[in-house]
Amino acid sequence: MDKLDSELLYKIADLHGIPEGSYNIRKDGKSLARSSDSDIEITSRKDGKEGIDIFVRPGVKNKSAHIPVILTQGGLLDVVYNDFYIGKDADVTIIAGCGIHNDTCGEARHDGVHTFHLEEGSTVRYIERHYGEGNPEGKKEFTPVTRVFMKKGSTLIMEATQLGGVTNTDRLTTASVGKNARLIIKEKLMTSGDERAVSRFRVKLIGENSSVDVVSRSVARDRSYQAFISDVIGKNRCFGHVECDGILLDEARIVSTPKIDAVSPEASLVHEAAVGKIAGEQLIKLMTLGLTEKEAEDTIIKGFLY
Amino acid sequence: MIELKNICYSVTDEHSGKTNVILEDINLTFPDNSINVITGQNGSGKSTLIKLISGIETPTGGSILYNGEDITGKSITERAKMGFTTAFQNPIRFKGITVRKLLDIASDHNNNLAGLCDYLSVVGLCARDYIDREMNDSLSGGELKRIELAMAMAKNGGVFLLDEPEAGIDLWSFDSLTKLFTRLSGKTVLIVSHQRKIIDIADNIVLLDKSGAPVVGKREEMLPRINENRNVCSVIEGENANG
Ligand SMILES: Nc1ncnc2c1ncn2[C@@H]1O[C@H](COP(=O)(O)OP(=O)(O)O)[C@@H](O)[C@H]1O
Ligand SMILES: [Mg+2]
Repeated sequence: MDKLDSELLYKIADLHGIPEGSYNIRKDGKSLARSSDSDIEITSRKDGKEGIDIFVRPGVKNKSAHIPVILTQGGLLDVVYNDFYIGKDADVTIIAGCGIHNDTCGEARHDGVHTFHLEEGSTVRYIERHYGEGNPEGKKEFTPVTRVFMKKGSTLIMEATQLGGVTNTDRLTTASVGKNARLIIKEKLMTSGDERAVSRFRVKLIGENSSVDVVSRSVARDRSYQAFISDVIGKNRCFGHVECDGILLDEARIVSTPKIDAVSPEASLVHEAAVGKIAGEQLIKLMTLGLTEKEAEDTIIKGFLY
Repeated sequence: MIELKNICYSVTDEHSGKTNVILEDINLTFPDNSINVITGQNGSGKSTLIKLISGIETPTGGSILYNGEDITGKSITERAKMGFTTAFQNPIRFKGITVRKLLDIASDHNNNLAGLCDYLSVVGLCARDYIDREMNDSLSGGELKRIELAMAMAKNGGVFLLDEPEAGIDLWSFDSLTKLFTRLSGKTVLIVSHQRKIIDIADNIVLLDKSGAPVVGKREEMLPRINENRNVCSVIEGENANG
């Protein structure tokens, strides 16, 4: 691991060197380092596809696995399939994320397809950060797909963050949520320049008392474009809440498309969306406290995203 | 000392093109070490006056002097740094910004719990319960109003501009609030209010009137005049008033 690698790892996973617990560090299409134990076992896939299988033993508590990916070259398309099998009543944190450093004018792209199988009563905190840097001409692209299957009483908290440097993202998250299971998604997104980010959520609330809470907060600067598309289907007595808040700066554009489908008359589904400039009165209030307009703007954006 | 010289403020309606004169040729002086209560009917221009002094609005005519210096062209930020501290009539909500963060910004340093407690306890709030909460609609109107005041206390400065600071605050907390304002008496304090208890701590009273020049004087001289003015009188004798 060189200096660039460790800097990227720090940016996407707060890692200083080698993490604790199980991990798999992937660099430029190959596994760079791996450690695995009986609580969280990481193995190469058996079906010939690139990627890993992660097995969390039933009942394991307070353990974590780091599975960061870094790309340090242009002209690379890295496609990886990771499957997570979370045992009954386990409670773990999984830190994923991908950082691209592309010094070339070419394209560097990572497509991560992550599939989660949550057994009954299990809890996963899934943290995913995307980050790009290098030559502004070189494209850094992500097409993450996250598929989630949640059994009775399981919980998944997904925190997806992308705060800059990514030319193009097209994210798809699908979930089917079982009885008493809870899905919580927190998305934080910032785009600038000519960046483009699309985020799609498709959630099926299947079990009785299942719930989903999606909170997306985003800031779009310059000429960047964001689209937020959510589709929640309630097939039982269930609760769904989707909230999309966007701050627009410069000539940026945010399109929010909600769909809620209460198939069951017992379903309760809410979608809230608000997109607009920073409220002038917020800037004024902070200026009366002594901040300049620029400082006030930064404070509001930071508060909104962090 | 703050001096308003021939201050005019009018707005032009975008659709009808009609000009609405809100303040006309206002001349007022607010001395150092004084509490000045500004009162008057709803719509008489009290909030506008506060906004002109804090720099939020720019007068369409006239000038504003602070200790002899013309500050009419100074920005909100510049005036804040000169020691102008404003508490809004309607507190502003911020998604994602905590009470702690706002108090840190206001006081211009990172406070520990004891420091935050100082600011919040004077407005009757327990720091522990509030510092990590966001300044958003999960707080009640009265709580937002108290935090707005705590921010003003944290910011500090030589000039306090408080727009209806007591509105929405329960009557039980009134006495501690008026005590708080008397503690500011070393500064130049402007309080927009209709409340008898606040008028009672004023050195000077300004009665704004839509139909004529403001009437100004010492509290003792002004009290009978206020009582003559039926609209204000009914507000003072009544409960709370907003506007
Ligand atoms: N930006 C504005 N555009 C149009 N009318 C305004 C504007 N600001 C204030 N006004 C009007 O000016 C008058 C005085 O308002 P304000 O200063 O808020 O009164 P007060 O605080 O005394 O109740 C009101 O009639 C109000 O509607
Ligand atoms: Mg007012």
